[in-house]
Amino acid sequence: MTLKARVIPCLDVKDGRVVKGVSFVNLVDAGDPVESAKAYDAAGADELCFLDITASSDNRDTIFDVVARTAEHCFMPLTVGGGVRSVADIRKLLLAGADKVSINSAAVKDPDFVAEAADKFGNQCIVVSIDSKKVSGEGEADRWEIFTHGGRQATGIDAVAFAEKMVERGAGELLLTSMDRDGQKGGYDIALTRTIADRVPVPVIASGGVGNLDHLVEGIRDGHATAVLAASIFHFGTYTVGEAKRYMAEHGIAMRLD
Amino acid sequence: MRVAIIDYGSGNLRSATKAFERAAREAGISAEIDLTDRPERVATADRVVLPGVGAYADCRRGLDAVEGMTDALREAVELGGRPFLGICVGMQLMSSRGLEKTVTDGLNWIAGDVTLMTPADPDLKIPQIGWNTLTLKREHPLFSGIPTGDGGLHAYFVHSYHLQAENPDDVVATVEYGGPMTAFVARGNKAGAQFHPEKSQSLGLALITNFLRWKP
Repeated sequence: MTLKARVIPCLDVKDGRVVKGVSFVNLVDAGDPVESAKAYDAAGADELCFLDITASSDNRDTIFDVVARTAEHCFMPLTVGGGVRSVADIRKLLLAGADKVSINSAAVKDPDFVAEAADKFGNQCIVVSIDSKKVSGEGEADRWEIFTHGGRQATGIDAVAFAEKMVERGAGELLLTSMDRDGQKGGYDIALTRTIADRVPVPVIASGGVGNLDHLVEGIRDGHATAVLAASIFHFGTYTVGEAKRYMAEHGIAMRLD
Repeated sequence: MRVAIIDYGSGNLRSATKAFERAAREAGISAEIDLTDRPERVATADRVVLPGVGAYADCRRGLDAVEGMTDALREAVELGGRPFLGICVGMQLMSSRGLEKTVTDGLNWIAGDVTLMTPADPDLKIPQIGWNTLTLKREHPLFSGIPTGDGGLHAYFVHSYHLQAENPDDVVATVEYGGPMTAFVARGNKAGAQFHPEKSQSLGLALITNFLRWKP
């Protein structure tokens, strides 16, 4: 009938274990990613996202094992990001069982890498993950800037222009995270989401700041995203994925409830 | 029964393999799921699955790069009449030609070109990524027992292109995305899904089970 909005739980994974940061600090170890993935699969999640935040290069291979074990148990679409820097990284993730990969810092450093990856694996498989903060002051026109290194490093790059450039290079989807909203539970940065979603022809996933189910509704209805990503509200059991989807459906958004 | 899933460097091969294993196990079907890049294993398989992720031309090139693989496919599927299932770009390769980036010849099993989707509604995003329901255009054994239509089960799509079949009878199911787009094709012993059965949970497992039982 119509394409449904997607609810995507995101698991931050470090050294093969799940963590969730509040604004990317104060990490709390909270379990086995494969167990969480199975629970989300059973709960009707429309996709699952793993973000690998493993810092040490010694442990970089742990994510491949997590992805492979997840793919054995879950028949749901899986996007994996974090530390994706080369065509070889992407191939390994896809072979392990990922359906899409998200590219973050490497896209900022070298936009041509996105073009190379899209050429090799198809646009539909390449998600560009854009972390930005609002940098405009009170009374100024909205402006957002790209930040890297978990939000610590400013780049001076305009987020909206960057989003358009990434789509030109072949990004099939954009994952927009508001770094100033992330972990604050005050809702997505709707102006950011809508500005970019209305500007690009590819699907946009809203991310960063979900505290309640109305925020998910707003992300789709007001932000014009086609998917909403959330971590802590699901991971700490504040709401189930099923509750979230039913709530969104009750608020007029076409959802998959089978 | 041995089911060959063709490994030519494209596609989420592990997901596909695991989904076929699970479908067989849950349905009590004795099937060896054989992920293989060896043409002789494909030529002699009881059923053949061609997955595929990426661009049409790249996938065709990847398939041709495995020496003897297209011949093995033709031997098993065209001459042997064994059941075949293409998935995503694997389905698109069943067409006459792909028009993504460049013009590429397909396997020419389903007459028609693979073209960029142009939804009537300009707000619709390309690629179509996510869950959508199917409109069944005609009965087919692979959809036996699967609820379709508005209240039916959902299938998972990730695609920008679709197969515009010349013969309407080849189209088993469409998906509404600013107009009807081709979701499932079949002709004789050959079938293909634009969506990902291996990611489509209950619909996908039911369709894979039907494929394992299919006697075209």
